[in-house]
Amino acid sequence: MSNSFPILSLTTFLPLVGVLLIFMLPRRDPVLMAQNARWIALWTSLITFVLSLFIWAWFDPATAEFQFLEQAEWLPTFNISYHMGVDGISLFFVLLSTFLTVLCILASWQAIRVRVREYMITFLVLETLMVGMFCALDLIAFYMFFEGVLIPMFLIIGIWGGPRRVYSAFKFFLYTLLGSVLMLLAILAIYYQTGTTDIPTAMAFDFPPGMQKWLFLAFFASFAVKVPMWPVHTWLPDAHVEAPTAGSVILAGVLLKMGGYGFVRFSLPMFPLATAYFTPLIFTLSIIAIIYTSLVALAQEDMKKLIAYSSVAHMGIVTLGIFTVTEEGLQGAVIQMLSHGVVSAALFLIVGVVYDRLHTREIARYGGLADVMPRYAVAFMIFMLASIGLPGTSGFIGEFLVLLGAFQVSTWAAFLATTGSILGAAYMLYLYRRVVFGVVTRAEVKAMLDLSPREILVFAPLVALVLWIGIYPNSFLRPIQPSISNLVERVENAQAAQLDHPPSSRFAGRAARLAGMPRN
Amino acid sequence: MPIYSAPDLLPALPEIFLGCSAMALLMVGAFRGEGSTRIVSWLAVAVLVAAIGLVLSVGTERHVALNGMFITDGFAAFMKIFVLIGSAASIVLAMDYNERERIARFEFPVLILLATTGMLMMISAGDLLSLYIGLELQSLALYVVAAFKRDTVESSEAGLKYFVLGALSSGMLLYGCSLIYGFSGTTSFERLAASFAGGDYSIGIIIGIVFVSVGLAFKCSAVPFHMWTPDVYEGAPTPVTAFFSVAPKLAAIALFIRFLIEPFGGLASEWRQIIQFIAVASMLLGAFAAINQRNIKRLMAYSSIGHVGYALIGLAAGTEVGIRGVLIYMAIYVFMNLGTFAVILCMRRDGRMVEAIEDLAGLSKTRPALALALAIFMFSMAGIPPLAGFFSKLYVFLAAIDAGLYPLAVIGVVTSVVGAYYYLRIVKLMYFDEPAVVFDQPIGGEIRTVLIVTAALVLFFFVVPGPLLTSAEAAAAALFAG
Repeated sequence: MSNSFPILSLTTFLPLVGVLLIFMLPRRDPVLMAQNARWIALWTSLITFVLSLFIWAWFDPATAEFQFLEQAEWLPTFNISYHMGVDGISLFFVLLSTFLTVLCILASWQAIRVRVREYMITFLVLETLMVGMFCALDLIAFYMFFEGVLIPMFLIIGIWGGPRRVYSAFKFFLYTLLGSVLMLLAILAIYYQTGTTDIPTAMAFDFPPGMQKWLFLAFFASFAVKVPMWPVHTWLPDAHVEAPTAGSVILAGVLLKMGGYGFVRFSLPMFPLATAYFTPLIFTLSIIAIIYTSLVALAQEDMKKLIAYSSVAHMGIVTLGIFTVTEEGLQGAVIQMLSHGVVSAALFLIVGVVYDRLHTREIARYGGLADVMPRYAVAFMIFMLASIGLPGTSGFIGEFLVLLGAFQVSTWAAFLATTGSILGAAYMLYLYRRVVFGVVTRAEVKAMLDLSPREILVFAPLVALVLWIGIYPNSFLRPIQPSISNLVERVENAQAAQLDHPPSSRFAGRAARLAGMPRN
Repeated sequence: MPIYSAPDLLPALPEIFLGCSAMALLMVGAFRGEGSTRIVSWLAVAVLVAAIGLVLSVGTERHVALNGMFITDGFAAFMKIFVLIGSAASIVLAMDYNERERIARFEFPVLILLATTGMLMMISAGDLLSLYIGLELQSLALYVVAAFKRDTVESSEAGLKYFVLGALSSGMLLYGCSLIYGFSGTTSFERLAASFAGGDYSIGIIIGIVFVSVGLAFKCSAVPFHMWTPDVYEGAPTPVTAFFSVAPKLAAIALFIRFLIEPFGGLASEWRQIIQFIAVASMLLGAFAAINQRNIKRLMAYSSIGHVGYALIGLAAGTEVGIRGVLIYMAIYVFMNLGTFAVILCMRRDGRMVEAIEDLAGLSKTRPALALALAIFMFSMAGIPPLAGFFSKLYVFLAAIDAGLYPLAVIGVVTSVVGAYYYLRIVKLMYFDEPAVVFDQPIGGEIRTVLIVTAALVLFFFVVPGPLLTSAEAAAAALFAG
């Protein structure tokens, strides 16, 4: 691996070069310009993806340290630097972002016909922000990427979305903004306490217990909305239903992971005591999410809405796994996020395929697709089974590990979460039966064409990935494992220290500061 | 002993130069007649740019001149530069507009120069008397420019309203000054500060501070003394509104800071709650009252009230970190606002200005570059990273956390979410809706330049934030060193 080569910055900002190229396209012929914009976007995202593969190849899986570190002065009077690096937890999220962006651009090749140029620009900007967010090792830089995502996503939903796009775009934007501004205050409080916004430093800092609770809640407000956890999930079905296919793919594939990633990266190591304190609350919310939204999904008539609710349920499994604070649970949560990133993205693409043909997402309008679109039915089946968590698919590994972790902490939580899995099987199989099986009755369904080569090109890597994670998860678990053990150790040590030395005073932090903490 | 010797005047060189130039330009205009407007305008811009050079040459060292009446330091230099930039940009924006609206008179740039002279004096005030003289010089010129489109009812009404209410607030301010003088026996900031060093002061001083604060809150349109703002902003000619929203506001905030920190820094516990209340009320009103506005200039009026609220968070903290926050906030605010008004000046159809927010519908289809610029300004005003507006909010909230003003910080971020709604509404109109009105082409070259420069600064601020942050830091430090 090379330390001097700024591969993370390159991966992060390369899409912006594509943006610049698209900006400079001559505007004389709109059709030609649209086509050129598509090709530039595709090539840019492909090169970015290949670059991110090098990160994986050069990644040293034996250590829990951050790798490929880059640091440069940024906000001078503020002691804030531009600091980038990845560890086992963030590595695969970077890959997931670059991978899904390529697929999104491919999937939008024909579905997007108006304002193609702007569309490709927003997606490339979005890619920069997503990758930057997972690589950032400074809280302010992280926040900048984290909230910057709202701008392109707002435009994607609002410009290329469905009939209620304006309402959904506003709801998405304002909901997530309200969550994240509270996190901003918490970040400033952390800065005030530690004198820096450097993430590795803050992760090793012991915040006073009383402060931890407040900071935890502020971060929780932001991440819970992003994940989304019940009861702040209501923006998600709206946003998913109205967003264009590729928008839903990125939303489900990467944006939801930002919340889960945030819990693992910040909440656990920085606020271990508050984590212990709030675990029952989060278990309760997660289990409600798993069971309640599964039941809601069972009743949906709209395919995208159904998958949106299933996302909330699956992310409930993720939060459950994270807050078990066991190695199994956390590894499971990370794998489950990756798996859900692939599977839910694939399911939205699956819906997109038939939506492009029939322009409806109503389940009742379909039926008997197995006869007309056999290849489609196979692809759909694989992703449907992966979503259920059938052994051999990616969904199983994540769910199993999470349940293993949960069982050590609370048998009740594990029991109830398993119930959720059964419901998950119910709604997915029910969906599959209604859409794919049965007899073709409608003429327009009979006329539908099977997957085109371009669409096969989109689904083939997704199928491969689902099976790869499912059959040989070790390629993914091996780099994750050291970082996770390190994290669990950190949290357990901090909690043990707390038991040995109960806090003498809630003003301990202030005393430390008066004793000469660096600050401006 | 002479009252003043030659070197004593040097710190005031920019102001003297501006005043003399204004007189000279008045002569140029008077002798060359009505056709000279464009020349006088460009000369005025050149004078303002030269004044920036003079401010820089005076330097950031602390000088007290004219028997303590006049102070220059790093803080004054920082604020003066941004006031001068704001004034120069306003004259540039006004040229094309004034010609189209047939109000191109050479008095306009001259009045702006005189107002700017007043503002620089306010920023450098070291005494209650020089404070008042600077303020009045500024205000009188502003009353006239507000009513500059004198043939229309709206503009005359705006001028009259501004004059009547402005006179009232000046009266309060003067009353406050006289109370302070009466109870302390001095008008000099330095001696006032020294007299409170022992910690004894009478209630009359506090009442005096309150009255002066009322006057200053009026000038920077903070709630509850904001009532004139929407009407004046709506009625005044658009370039004048752009000017109002930038330069005088900056000068008033600078004066507010100097007045509270220099002589009365020791009484911070007394005035802090006043500023806190003003800040909270301004943020809330700015966020909620703007939601239902239909006129873009009125919307900008409420938006500017909200922005003053955020800036005052830093003053409420009353610390060096806080003042640094205010300075950064106002500097970035200048560029966001100038850019937004440049876009508003492009809202012209069949040769007439249109001001309804709905007229922006579908702008991204008819005029993509203009829509992109306005979208950048709107997201920036909403405080969304990575745009400049995010950093300005970041620094004031940091000051609030630093000073332990948690409720203020929480109210600040929550109102910024509410405020985001109406900024987003404009983006929504431009990008999500179908075109309704097609604006006239082409945009004047001057406006185009202002647009490109401000949009680029707001968009790429995050790449090189260093210069502004370090100079704001130095400016805030200078204020506390004095």
